Amino acid sequence: MDFTTVILVLDSALRLATPLLFACLAGLFSERSGIFDIGLEGKMLASAFFSASVAAFTGSVWLGLLAGMGASIFLALIHGVASITFRGNQLISGVAINFLASGVTVIVGQSWFSLGGRTPQLEGAARFQEITLPFAEALRGVPVIGPIYADLISGHSILVYAGFAAVALSWWVLYRTRFGLRLRAVGENPEAVDTAGISVIGLRYTATIICGALCGLAGTYLATGLAAGFVREMSAGRGFIALAALIFAKWRPGYALLACLLFGLLEAMGNRFQNIDVLGINVPTQFMQALPYILTVVILAGFVGRAIPPRAGGEPYVKER
Amino acid sequence: MTVFKTVLGAGAALAMSAVAALAEPGLIIDLGGKFDKSFNEAAYNGAQRWVKETGGSYIETELQSEAQREQNMRKMAERGANPIVVLGFANASTLERVAPDYPDTNFAIIDMVVDQPNVLSIVFAEHEGSYLVGMLAGMKTQTKTVGFIGGMDIPLIRKFACGYVQGVKAVDPSIRVIQNMTGTTPAAWNDPVKGAELARAQIAQGADVIYAAAGGTGVGVLQAAADAGIYSIGVDSNQNYMHPGSVLTSMVKRVDNAVYNVFKAGTEGTFKPGFLLMNLANDGVGYALDEYNAALITDEMKAAVEDAKAKIIAGEIKVHDYMSDDSCPVE
Repeated sequence: MDFTTVILVLDSALRLATPLLFACLAGLFSERSGIFDIGLEGKMLASAFFSASVAAFTGSVWLGLLAGMGASIFLALIHGVASITFRGNQLISGVAINFLASGVTVIVGQSWFSLGGRTPQLEGAARFQEITLPFAEALRGVPVIGPIYADLISGHSILVYAGFAAVALSWWVLYRTRFGLRLRAVGENPEAVDTAGISVIGLRYTATIICGALCGLAGTYLATGLAAGFVREMSAGRGFIALAALIFAKWRPGYALLACLLFGLLEAMGNRFQNIDVLGINVPTQFMQALPYILTVVILAGFVGRAIPPRAGGEPYVKER
Repeated sequence: MTVFKTVLGAGAALAMSAVAALAEPGLIIDLGGKFDKSFNEAAYNGAQRWVKETGGSYIETELQSEAQREQNMRKMAERGANPIVVLGFANASTLERVAPDYPDTNFAIIDMVVDQPNVLSIVFAEHEGSYLVGMLAGMKTQTKTVGFIGGMDIPLIRKFACGYVQGVKAVDPSIRVIQNMTGTTPAAWNDPVKGAELARAQIAQGADVIYAAAGGTGVGVLQAAADAGIYSIGVDSNQNYMHPGSVLTSMVKRVDNAVYNVFKAGTEGTFKPGFLLMNLANDGVGYALDEYNAALITDEMKAAVEDAKAKIIAGEIKVHDYMSDDSCPVE
């Protein structure tokens, strides 16, 4: 495996990790506030559909992004109403959102575009284009650093960079702001937060909305960055992989980045090296494709140590009287 | 229609041909969706052409999950559809069970052989069509590297790949063919993101013509190829129009003709169960040439492909069929 191949695999890993990263951070905010959210997948799917649809209608990917985030926040609010206001079971509400998104996208898509739940192919300004960072071409000739900068770091869509920025921002918000402290507290011990005179309901709704916005970015990137249009069920389980990454990362933003990059890398390697020979033994395609999942199990079972979820997670808060 | 059904249900008196003549044909669209721009869409177009030409109507359902196959097939038979067309290899085991329960209903299955007295099995010689597009790819490549991206890893898709590789190697045995499969579950028919990522990986390895035999996943492959400014080859339906100037050609599999013919025969009472091979000789498969790719295919290329086509029909060139022995002589 030569240097260029390494760069290309890492490049692909960055692209594949980005939707996972947004979804993982989305789950992080929600679960840190005590709201379990297995509806990440559904929110991604809905935002992928609405971003692609609006981008197709208007020709502007930015309006698409707004629509995608809007759709995702709407679903997040449904989850919020069900699990915060009405104290419903958070897992069931999440599953319902997944089913809802999977059905609604296809039906609405069929009635808007008559393409069997698919949106038209997006072109030009209706997609996120790859941006070239300054000096990328000038530096390309420099050994080692040149290709790393020009091929690996430069040349992604803006959402990839936004994903990395979101990690830093999430860390700062969670650990360096008053809001972050309260958010973490409400997931651990909502009674204490309530005693301090801070609204548990308000904090949890805020977290849910942030979760919706981030899932919206994930879905939009899938439909308008990685692909060029929506295809039904296109999220293909990425929301669940993001959940696995979240547990693996022990609900911390920095580790979430590493976990998502690892999953992205595994998928990129699975794509790049199908049928490789290791010491004369041919490793079958199926094994390479199953590798991310096998490693998920191995890592979760052995290497991550104890992953302790926020203590009040999954419990609706009932004010003491 | 309800009265009809009652009559048909009681219908011991009615002759089989009369049943066929009275009933509406049915079409079960397979996973991947009606508008996958590929396999299912071709079937749908065939049904639509029949509607347009005869003014008749037919019953159509679309599968949403693997679990619905049997239920859907039985429902269709009970609604009185006749003949019923099911698409795709994955229906074979279900049809094997369902067909004997409805002896008065005719079934047609595409892409698989089901040995039942009321089933017509329609099989395509995809390896022959793939051989021809493989030749075009071999003649078009500048980098001596071409790619193949399959959908779900099943023998049928290996058959596409094997025919393609043979065609490429027929032009120049030194050309490298990179082969990738998208996955091992039916989700592999519908993952354009992964398709695009696989295509990028192949492009990075030097491929400048990529053949996608992957249903909806192929949409992503064609897109990635167009973005990178290289050539792609579509499959099943004619996909040349999707990215004019980038889609070199499409390996068309006339599923539309198959559905059309079954509908027509079924309603005219001339349906014959058994086995039907759609190959180059009866235009069941072929390569697409239209205004969108006319500029990409030179006269020499066309002559070479037409020559090979004639030879395959005449039996002078034997294209190995992967499914005959589950192996491919070339890589």
